[in-house]
Amino acid sequence: MRNIRAALAGLILALAGPVMPARGYEIEASAHFGPPDAARRLAVLSTTDIDFLRPVIEGWLARTPGIGLDYTLASSQEVYRAIAEEGAVFDVVISSAMDLQMKLANDGFARPLPAEMLRTRPDWSRWRNLLVAVAQEPVTMILSDHALDGGLPMPHTRRDLIALLRDHPDRFRGRVGTYDPEVSGAGYLFAAQEARLSDTFWRLAEVMGRLDARLFCCSGDMIAAVRQGDLLIAYNVLGSYAAADGRTAPGFVVVEPEDFTLTLLRTALVPRGAADPTTAEAFVAFLLSPGGQQLISAAAGLPAIDAGAFALKPYLRPIRLDPGLLAPLDRISRQGFLAEWRAAMDQP
Amino acid sequence: MTRRRPTSLRRRLVIQLLALSAVLSALIFLAVRISADRASEETLDAVLGAAAVSLAEAMRGGDRDGGSVTVDLSPVTFSMLAAMGEERIFYRVDLDGRTVTGYGDLPLPAELPDALAPRFYTVGFRDTELRVAAVRRSLMVAGRPAPLLVLLGQTRDGQEAIAEGLANRAALVGLVVFSAAAIFSLLAAGSLLRPIGTLAEAVGRRGPRDLRPLRDQAPAELSPFVTALNGFIARLRGTLSQTETFIAEAAHHIRTPLSVMRNEAELALRETSDEPARARLRRLIRAVDEGARSAGQLLDHATVLYRAGQQEMAEIALGPLVAALVERSRPIAAMRDITLLPSLPAEPLRIRGDAVLIEAALRNLLDNAVKYSPPDSAIDIVLATLAPAGGGAGAAMAEIRIADRGRGLDGAAPQAFTIRFRRGSNVGDVPGSGLGLTIVAEAAAAMGGRFDLSPREGGGTCATFALPLPG
Ligand SMILES: Nc1ncnc2c1ncn2[C@@H]1O[C@H](COP(=O)(O)OP(=O)(O)OP(=O)(O)O)[C@@H](O)[C@H]1O
Ligand SMILES: [Mg+2]
Repeated sequence: MRNIRAALAGLILALAGPVMPARGYEIEASAHFGPPDAARRLAVLSTTDIDFLRPVIEGWLARTPGIGLDYTLASSQEVYRAIAEEGAVFDVVISSAMDLQMKLANDGFARPLPAEMLRTRPDWSRWRNLLVAVAQEPVTMILSDHALDGGLPMPHTRRDLIALLRDHPDRFRGRVGTYDPEVSGAGYLFAAQEARLSDTFWRLAEVMGRLDARLFCCSGDMIAAVRQGDLLIAYNVLGSYAAADGRTAPGFVVVEPEDFTLTLLRTALVPRGAADPTTAEAFVAFLLSPGGQQLISAAAGLPAIDAGAFALKPYLRPIRLDPGLLAPLDRISRQGFLAEWRAAMDQP
Repeated sequence: MTRRRPTSLRRRLVIQLLALSAVLSALIFLAVRISADRASEETLDAVLGAAAVSLAEAMRGGDRDGGSVTVDLSPVTFSMLAAMGEERIFYRVDLDGRTVTGYGDLPLPAELPDALAPRFYTVGFRDTELRVAAVRRSLMVAGRPAPLLVLLGQTRDGQEAIAEGLANRAALVGLVVFSAAAIFSLLAAGSLLRPIGTLAEAVGRRGPRDLRPLRDQAPAELSPFVTALNGFIARLRGTLSQTETFIAEAAHHIRTPLSVMRNEAELALRETSDEPARARLRRLIRAVDEGARSAGQLLDHATVLYRAGQQEMAEIALGPLVAALVERSRPIAAMRDITLLPSLPAEPLRIRGDAVLIEAALRNLLDNAVKYSPPDSAIDIVLATLAPAGGGAGAAMAEIRIADRGRGLDGAAPQAFTIRFRRGSNVGDVPGSGLGLTIVAEAAAAMGGRFDLSPREGGGTCATFALPLPG
């Protein structure tokens, strides 16, 4: 996820080189926590920005003194490649790419987690004893404060959005943005899941194509474009980024579509090749514990796992954490889907 | 010789039944387990096969430009396949012998499937074992048909968990069947062996002289045993009755010469006046009398033994029988100036018994009473009914008490006198053979009655002879 890199490039102190040929996979950054001379060091590979998880990691290290933690940030594709193809040794892998995490688990790269850790987890937040969600994040749309100038109605569903875009083509031409599924793994995951759930997805794609929608690599870029006034509407933005950004500079509203709002699960697994599985399990257990979840939601700004949210907002749909995620990953299926997508986008 | 523990039919039966039920329980367990395994595998195979077929059917031939294929994997299919027990899913699509997508290292089936009918096989793959459905069809690619092979594999961890649960339940069923069978076999052994116990009890309950054949209902399997036993009883009875007949005949044969001998001795006594010779003749007559009496008692005894074995019971009015006997005994009693005082109830007191036995017994009792009483005394003969002893248990009895004012028992234990040829120390010069009370006791036992001899209050002896009243 290069959005993280873009947003935080200035903050990262220990920036690894863009390509480490000996490694065989690309990382974006790394950071080291805990005493530098700690005898035991936990290696974490993640797609989540370091600053998001820093409070959580520090909270854990405070509880388990004498342990160090090496945090490596990489894109979801590279995280997958590191584990599945390069045989890199990591103790914990945390990624928002549910499909790739599922593929790792399905293909036998994950190590079973202890039963008592999973017993209290809701069924939708784990798969077998291999994969467990540590945060849930709604996929939303954001509207610039100027998007509805002149008393346009607020869109609450995809249908509303389609109507709004269709009725005001002049205002929105070139000022609507969404993920480019050809570039972004998350964008492809959202598009595939939406297409699976509802036909309105293709109608929306066609409408956006007619309005010369702009395609982005990452949620962060879309939020920045909205803030700068380049975009009026950004569709399929991770709510957590919008919220985190909105705190410093409002200028847009976040809308959770009420027909359905996909909810992404950020999942953790312990790879089979983990050097220190016991400590890895302890770290994952901490992430799932009430204290860890509290830190994830309060300090990191990622919504904690909360079954109550689905009762409160019935339109929230957690993306199903099961091998159904593998079907869109298939190379040829993906080609077919993207061809359809291109056809919808490239309209005269 | 070492004493071996007798073999137990019950133990053998129970062990064999238990072994049988253990085998049956094991069979039930295996049958449930195997059929459940097979049923669940068939069900899951059907789902897997349908998924593989629908996957193959969704494949479309490639565009005109190149030899590719359009694959549209359905997430729903994958989700459903994985739903049961959270299975892992692997697939592979081969076109024209080349893997176009999926897991290229997924092993192929040993034999290629027929068109569109899935072939199933189990194969190890990476770190797990897979159940794979293989489907074959043809696709038009670049204008010519090309063979397409679709492999769809899933783990069967969930099925294994279910099979394990079923196996546990089957084991429980087996255990329940076994324990039920164990209880049943104990009961069955008990009820099967009960007739043997019943038979043994019937034989054991018999009186010592009861030599009638066994007529109890015995199961067919026991009838050879009953027949053999009855044959044995018959032989024993034959031998006994032969002996008794012999004794009776012998006694009879001795009596005749004895009476001739007595007559001759009496004549000789009358004709002789030589005092020593007369005394010798008197002693001879006395010995002859005693011998004759012994022969008579032997005859009586043999008769009683024979009739006791025969058990020919008839209805008898006890009152008239006692009255007649008393009348018959009066002359002998009168010879010694002894009065007989019968006290009989108005009703006849009917019982079931053998008149010959009763008469023999009462004759002996009256004889003793007269014999061991001094002249000029009286003997009370009382017939009465007696309520069941112990207030209800047992039958009511008809009791005959013969009480004299004679010499008494001299402190001897009364039951000693029922032994054959045993006489008391109180007899003095009274002649006798010592068989009288033996006859009485045997008669009482043969009819289920009771005999007792006890000292009478105020001197003398009281003999009690009781017989059960019917119903
Ligand atoms: N009424 C009685 N009074 C005293 N003693 C008796 C009386 N009846 C029986 N006895 C004692 O019991 C013994 C056994 O009696 P039992 O009638 O069997 O023999 P017995 O009278 O001596 O001979 P027999 O066979 O000729 O009758 C007698 O020898 C006697 O000692
Ligand atoms: Mg006598």
